[in-house]
Amino acid sequence: MASTETKAKTDDLAGLEAGLDALDAVEIRRTPVREVLFRKVLPPVLAVTLVLAVWQVLVSAGVTDEAKLPPLSAVGDSLADMWLKGTLFEVVWTSVSRGLLGFLLALAIGTPLGLLVARVKFVRAAIGPILSGLQSLPSVAWVPPAVLWFGLNDAMMYTVILLGAVPSIANGLVAGVDQVPPLFLRAGRTLGATGIKGVWHVVMPAALPGYLAGLKQGWAFSWRSLMAAEIIASSPDLGLGLGQLLENGRNNIDLPGVFLAIILILVVGIAIDLLIFSPVERWVLRSRGLLARS
Amino acid sequence: MATTLATAAEGAVAAAAHAARIEHVSKSFSGPAGSQLVLDDISLDVAPGEFVTILGASGCGKSTLLNLVAGLDRPTAGSIETAGRPALMFQEHALFPWLTAGKNIELALRLRGVPKSDRKAEAERLLELVRLGGAYGKRVHELSGGMRQRVAMARALAQDSRLLLMDEPFAALDAITRDVLHGELTRIWEETSLSVLFVTHNVREAVRLAQRVVLLSSRPGRVAKEWTVGIPQPRRIEDADVAELSLEITEHLRGEIRRHGQH
Repeated sequence: MASTETKAKTDDLAGLEAGLDALDAVEIRRTPVREVLFRKVLPPVLAVTLVLAVWQVLVSAGVTDEAKLPPLSAVGDSLADMWLKGTLFEVVWTSVSRGLLGFLLALAIGTPLGLLVARVKFVRAAIGPILSGLQSLPSVAWVPPAVLWFGLNDAMMYTVILLGAVPSIANGLVAGVDQVPPLFLRAGRTLGATGIKGVWHVVMPAALPGYLAGLKQGWAFSWRSLMAAEIIASSPDLGLGLGQLLENGRNNIDLPGVFLAIILILVVGIAIDLLIFSPVERWVLRSRGLLARS
Repeated sequence: MATTLATAAEGAVAAAAHAARIEHVSKSFSGPAGSQLVLDDISLDVAPGEFVTILGASGCGKSTLLNLVAGLDRPTAGSIETAGRPALMFQEHALFPWLTAGKNIELALRLRGVPKSDRKAEAERLLELVRLGGAYGKRVHELSGGMRQRVAMARALAQDSRLLLMDEPFAALDAITRDVLHGELTRIWEETSLSVLFVTHNVREAVRLAQRVVLLSSRPGRVAKEWTVGIPQPRRIEDADVAELSLEITEHLRGEIRRHGQH
């Protein structure tokens, strides 16, 4: 008798619980592709078109002369020229491969460095402020010493990239670790995640959003540092990158070439962010329910 | 799998006469106004399989006591023994948002040393136990408050501790959900040989759940009085005998609080 009563009560509880769960269920909706196109792709395309239109109008209406602002068609001709000569891909790849390799090196150095600063009080007190300060130093300042140390070669390029990007990546990780809710650390400790296990299973994943923001900034710094290095230190031994392309354009008083180089540098920077960092960041934030839906 | 777990559990129970033994524990924190005594000479045993609630007003140091038992902090004086590392549930679910519900539980299993091949099945079994069979692949933000606390409970159970510490785990839930979770906790406690040390400031909750209610005084926390609750389970929070004992305990709790207004 008593056991049937208990059973009835348990069943009652299960039913109640199922009802509560159903009422509370959060519906996750995926945005349809058409809406993404309309809301995310269309606005930037319109903006770029507008800028190009204004450019063309300024040139056609004779507001400026061609020595200051080349017509769009001249920049297009330069692009077509490079494409036909087959140098376009080569030039872009020279810079991109340098930038990405330098970024990966910065990642390999900046990550353990950031963890040390974040987790070891003495290290933080010792080099934390320097690391933050280094971020405000323009990386172009490192080009002259790097040239004196290594001469005009790839080692010099990578040095400049590292000095520009490592502080950003390390600082991003420090910020990420600092923002880990203490509750997660306590929960991790009660589960037995202490020491290196705690870092691996709790601290690093919890700090991932801040770390990714640091990586994004680290890439931006890598790319900017590299362009500065390529512009200042051009040498035939180094191979032709986008920075040298820009510098050559200046030397040859080739304004369309200069504009083409600037546009290519910009496009590469945006493309890497759009193709690599943004999707990863969005995926991380969405999987944690941190991405606000408009 | 289930049988080996049971044998291991029996061994642990046989080895320890107490799930937790708190002996003459004091804790003081040093603050700007000098050292402040938070817990004063607390002695409390939790028998294997026993359900004890610690009740007290704010400032009685009940969460501090739980942290000490959990090993997250050290007592200033006295000693605490537990049978193995206790599991701990917080007022916030404290689930890791980068993992699914199932993977949260599997992390606890992994840190306990359960081999990879057994983890998924065991996590699913624990989710069934808290009646969330379909929630394995759900992300934390996709679950309601009550479901999150049930996953947190499953994760705590995954530690296979003899002692479950609960720090006001249902305080942030709405009344109906809290009621349901009281029922679930009682059921799970009856089905397992778990000892529970449950901290709350809610008198009815304490009486609804526990075999023994321990009232702490405030500033510093001392054991003021203890009640054994003889009302048979399953109880409900609205039951007349639950209400009657709650009234008696509430009077004592009010007395403890009143003392602080007098000077």
